Amino acid sequence: MNKIAKLFITFTSAIVITLATISSAFSKVEGDTIVLGAAVSLTGKYSSNGVHTQNGYNLAVERLNKMGGVKVGGKSYKFKIIYYDDESNPKRAAQLAERLINQDGVKYMLGPYSSGLTKAIAPVTEKYKIPMVEANGASRSLFTKGYKYLFAVLSPANQYLEVAIDLAVEKNGGKPVKIAQAFEQDAFSQDVRLGILDAAKRTGSEIIIDDKLPKELNDMKATLVKVKAKKPDVLVVSGHTKGALTAIRQIAEMKVDVPMLAMTHCDAAKLSKQHGKNSEYALCASQWHKNLSYKDKFFGSGKKYDKDFTKRFGYAPPYQSAESSAALIVFKDAFERANSFDGDKVRDALRTTEMQTFYGNIKFGPGGQNTAKPMILFQVRCKGDKCENKVVAPTKWASDKFYHPIPSWSKRS
Amino acid sequence: MDFLIFEAPILMVQATLDGILIGILFALIAYGMALQWGVMNIINIAQGDLVILGGYIAYSMYLAGIHPSWGVIVSPIIMFFVGWGLYKLVINKVVDRDLFISILATFGIAIVFQQLMNFIFGADVVVAQSGYGTTMLFDNVVTLPHSTIFSAVISVIYAIVLVIYMRKSKLGRAIRATAQNARAAKILGVDTEKVYAATFGINAALCGVAGALIAITFTLHPYVGLPYTVRSFMIVIVAGLGNLPAVAISGMGLGVFEEFADYILGTEFRIGSVFMLLVIILVFRRFKLSRKREYLK
Repeated sequence: MNKIAKLFITFTSAIVITLATISSAFSKVEGDTIVLGAAVSLTGKYSSNGVHTQNGYNLAVERLNKMGGVKVGGKSYKFKIIYYDDESNPKRAAQLAERLINQDGVKYMLGPYSSGLTKAIAPVTEKYKIPMVEANGASRSLFTKGYKYLFAVLSPANQYLEVAIDLAVEKNGGKPVKIAQAFEQDAFSQDVRLGILDAAKRTGSEIIIDDKLPKELNDMKATLVKVKAKKPDVLVVSGHTKGALTAIRQIAEMKVDVPMLAMTHCDAAKLSKQHGKNSEYALCASQWHKNLSYKDKFFGSGKKYDKDFTKRFGYAPPYQSAESSAALIVFKDAFERANSFDGDKVRDALRTTEMQTFYGNIKFGPGGQNTAKPMILFQVRCKGDKCENKVVAPTKWASDKFYHPIPSWSKRS
Repeated sequence: MDFLIFEAPILMVQATLDGILIGILFALIAYGMALQWGVMNIINIAQGDLVILGGYIAYSMYLAGIHPSWGVIVSPIIMFFVGWGLYKLVINKVVDRDLFISILATFGIAIVFQQLMNFIFGADVVVAQSGYGTTMLFDNVVTLPHSTIFSAVISVIYAIVLVIYMRKSKLGRAIRATAQNARAAKILGVDTEKVYAATFGINAALCGVAGALIAITFTLHPYVGLPYTVRSFMIVIVAGLGNLPAVAISGMGLGVFEEFADYILGTEFRIGSVFMLLVIILVFRRFKLSRKREYLK
């Protein structure tokens, strides 16, 4: 290669690089597009829920853009999301957040999947004063750090199973109950545990078994043997999908009789599908269910969202997708009320959000958590071999009656 | 700490039975590891991941509507060829090298397998339903799920078949000869390359059986292989290479130890206690060895 050619290449690449940096520095709003950034887990251990999150975001972007986009200063803008794969790795997620902000010039962020990854990203968005609406980080510690740019559309983790204890007390004629609990030792499950401790204190209930589960859980026999021996009124288990699956498998195998069983992650574990009749009567905490009567003008109702999502992606939406879609509705609303693209103005608008979406009411508390939406409980009920999740609490949305107590194994066919 | 097990001694029966039944399964995995360790001097870090892959084969059959128990026949056949292929692709390049290099190589294989399983089968935790019942003993206090009994029985059958095969067949004799002295075996006309490939294949097949059994007794997830590697490593360290009765006994011992640790210390320390025991045993062995050396001086 001769000298002139080399020089030419050097100059053109220099120009290209300069142009690239210039364009990215202004990329928060390009023409009529508002660019949002998101690091989601497309590979690694959270990949299935990461994809649910991404699908939720995408469906909302398509819908909002089709329905006129976002109107700011009399002009209509469209949403666009830049995605990166964080490989389910907190370190990588934090790096990608830096990259989205510094290199891609993103000024507004959507959350990743899981509390752990949200925790990794939040300090970064906070540092650069980038408003982030997240839909999949429920850990209580996210909302006690005084973050000013973090907003979560979902209920915090400590609320997941509190309702179940209240329900158990109610069924016990208002008298305190004996609680057995087993929680994985991760941020999320420990927050759920704190909620149970609060509920126990409030109702005067006694915790008679308080076990911890390991990360690589696939056997919780010891806990179940204790349950058999001590006969609690309610058994609470939270250990993500493997906790739910292991608990149901071994409760059925060991024929553990307990009047009430409350868990998290039943729908993510596809409990009713994977365990069929053995999972019947299990009570599960959920952020959302399609039968709830919330409404908005973009997706209509939960049932309609369920239909549209299924049509678009070929499977029924888990709550992870619904809450992700809701995050975009919140952003749109905030942009329009701020009537500006200034980060702090958008943040202030987010702070005063008070609205109903198909996913639930949204109003942010001082720590950024959604305080307007209660958790719901559903119970697995079977007809023949077909099992379904039926909403049983809170009473306002209950489609079915809560079945209590669980019949003993000797009476179950 | 929880001393319920001492308050109700009947629970010790439960813990011991569970420990023995699950220990037999551990012993099967460990025997595969001991076999290839002895023959090829390779410590296979990917052992647990081969187990999980075997489990996913049984799970795929379950999804296709076939009873997952057939996995204990299909899975080892497929896994044998996976092991054979793995040998031809990677292991034959590290087999005569330093132990450290083979550990690195198999560690790499473990990561690749995890990611591949995640890619193919997804990151969800899955179970295969066997529909087996439960036997209740002592007025319903002690429960024995038939799936665990099934897994122990199958493990024993495979172990017996393998022992007979190693004693009687031509390949088995070749494997044993190579283990004793690879060079001498080669001089005497044993195709050691083939022996190595077959050994790795047999190990993978044993992992396949174990995996299919785990699919119907526990849960599967692409990233849960490591505890099985550690357990088998430990069993082999205690039992030594090529000593099947010792492997079986130390496998069952580990199973019982784990169950008791589970009851007394709590489930969160179950795997932790295995690691702890491993450290203690390694330190103890080193201590014993160093004393011997001093004596020799």
